[in-house]
Amino acid sequence: MTAQATDVAVSNVPASAGRLPDGRWRPLEIAFWLIPVVCFFLLPNYRVLGSQILITALFAVSLDLILGYAGIVSLGHAAFFGIGAYTAGLLAVHGWHEPLSGLVAAAVVAAIAGYAVSFLVVRGGDLTRLMVTLGIGLMLWEAANKAHSVTGGVDGLSGVTIAPILGMFGFDIGGRTAYVYALVVVFIVFVVIRRIVNSPFGLSLRGIREGGKRMPAIGAPVARRLRMIFTLAAAVAGIAGALLAQTTQFVGIDTLGFPRSAELMIMLVMGGTGRLYGGIVGAAIFMVAQDYLSGIDPVYWQFWIGFFLIVIVLFAHGGILGGLEALRVRLRGRAR
Amino acid sequence: MIGNVIGVLFDGLAYGSLLFIIAVGLSVTLGLMNFVNLAHGAFAMVGGYVCVLLMTRLGVPFLATLPIAFIAAAVVGIVLERTLYQRLYKSSHLDQVLFSIGLVFMSIAIATYFFGASQQPVTLPSYLRGQVRVLGLDFGVYRIFLIIVVAALTVALQYIIEKTRFGSQVRASVDNATAAAGLGINVNRVFALTFALGSGLAGLGGGLGIDVLGLDPTFPLKYMVYFLLVVSVGGSGTIKGPLVAALILGVFDVAGKYYLPEIGGFVIYALMVILLILFPAGLYGRRT
Repeated sequence: MTAQATDVAVSNVPASAGRLPDGRWRPLEIAFWLIPVVCFFLLPNYRVLGSQILITALFAVSLDLILGYAGIVSLGHAAFFGIGAYTAGLLAVHGWHEPLSGLVAAAVVAAIAGYAVSFLVVRGGDLTRLMVTLGIGLMLWEAANKAHSVTGGVDGLSGVTIAPILGMFGFDIGGRTAYVYALVVVFIVFVVIRRIVNSPFGLSLRGIREGGKRMPAIGAPVARRLRMIFTLAAAVAGIAGALLAQTTQFVGIDTLGFPRSAELMIMLVMGGTGRLYGGIVGAAIFMVAQDYLSGIDPVYWQFWIGFFLIVIVLFAHGGILGGLEALRVRLRGRAR
Repeated sequence: MIGNVIGVLFDGLAYGSLLFIIAVGLSVTLGLMNFVNLAHGAFAMVGGYVCVLLMTRLGVPFLATLPIAFIAAAVVGIVLERTLYQRLYKSSHLDQVLFSIGLVFMSIAIATYFFGASQQPVTLPSYLRGQVRVLGLDFGVYRIFLIIVVAALTVALQYIIEKTRFGSQVRASVDNATAAAGLGINVNRVFALTFALGSGLAGLGGGLGIDVLGLDPTFPLKYMVYFLLVVSVGGSGTIKGPLVAALILGVFDVAGKYYLPEIGGFVIYALMVILLILFPAGLYGRRT
């Protein structure tokens, strides 16, 4: 069991092992994206939770870009989520209520921040990266905390009013517009990301993850590739943060906090890294479980999350999708 | 004004020596064994709660609780090392990070469950309270006590590592585990004992630090960065490195919060990022 599990984890082969990524949409993927559409009609009472899951899923996918594809361990990814959220929130508070341009602005600001940070992150080994990202995340939290007059400090930024999307669809209490808005944006960004990771650029990232020392030998500029993907991931995280700010019309300081970065990593690892869909599956399961269990008792929730994390690290490498993948490989082997 | 500066310096030194005693164990696991252990603060928390429990429930005097805090944290440390940590010595850093975050979350939940989310009060014995006046300046008695305890512990640690048989085994195992094992050293046992010693010292520091650092379930998260920083700035392989780093850190943190309260904790995080940028290899000390 363990030997096999580590095998899968080490090579971490995506579904398209053995052939070049062709970017064709498989039936399973199309079915997967129909689930949130069906949920919209079948579970009207859960639309608020649903849009939060979609947003968190996008955030998890952005971490997957740097952790799963490029192999950078970041403990401060919430920094970019928070930057996006505060950008969109502050724009709206100060009179710019149009949502789509707010989204773009958030992405741009987060990307600039990500680009600046990427120079620090690319240097050094795992440990340095981990601590630099952690330090920058904490610094931003502290900055937002102290700049009470701008950000609202620990009370959060309220009074975020968002104009109807495209001038037609206003945000409602039931979360109808928010859900559709989140779903459409998340899907579009996902399609772009999917295209990028299946491109030669995405392949070179995987090469860097598997053997960073050999990549320069075949002419890949490792540091530049890492900076590019880090910037991209920051932009996507910024979009996710802006979506949260716009759909909830509030920005809490916890959008920047360390627990958010840690939980995000947990979701991604639970779902499976380096697979794109791993982050989405992990986020959905995590958020539903959190909604259910922390309703009973938040302390229990934290205990079990820690417990499962340890179990995953020790016994269940590759997360849920990794496990399914291994199962499928085994079944197929038997069928032959 | 000058008295003020000396006061801040003194408080910073006391604070720094606490950080040192808690983090010195981490400088072995993280610095020498290259294990990213974010849960080190949890062992300090164990020590802290043991002290509080013994004092409030059983009426044990404060000084007598400290050795028990050491032993309790060391026992927890050795049990976790044997059952969980040692499986991950060769794993990737990501696995170690996730594993130790898991431990941190569990420790927070367990502490909240048993003791509630509030700060634990501690009443120091009367002879450790108050101030003494030296050359016209007031010094807190407890802080003087802290500095003396840590100084004594540092000398003892230095002796253990440099002069005893166990110390040379530790140094040999860390330098080259394979060769050390070939020479008949039980490397696993040495690592386990070192881990226990480090956890025990953290527990002792947790008990000593209730009055200065406070004690509530979020303790392991709140001070995680400080411990990591002591190790990464101080380098590994010596006792002196982390000690100097911890003292500098303590002074900077206290001075930052005292003179620049508006930006408060910012100073320490900025210091951390700057130091890491300037010395990206400093993290690995003599390893590379």
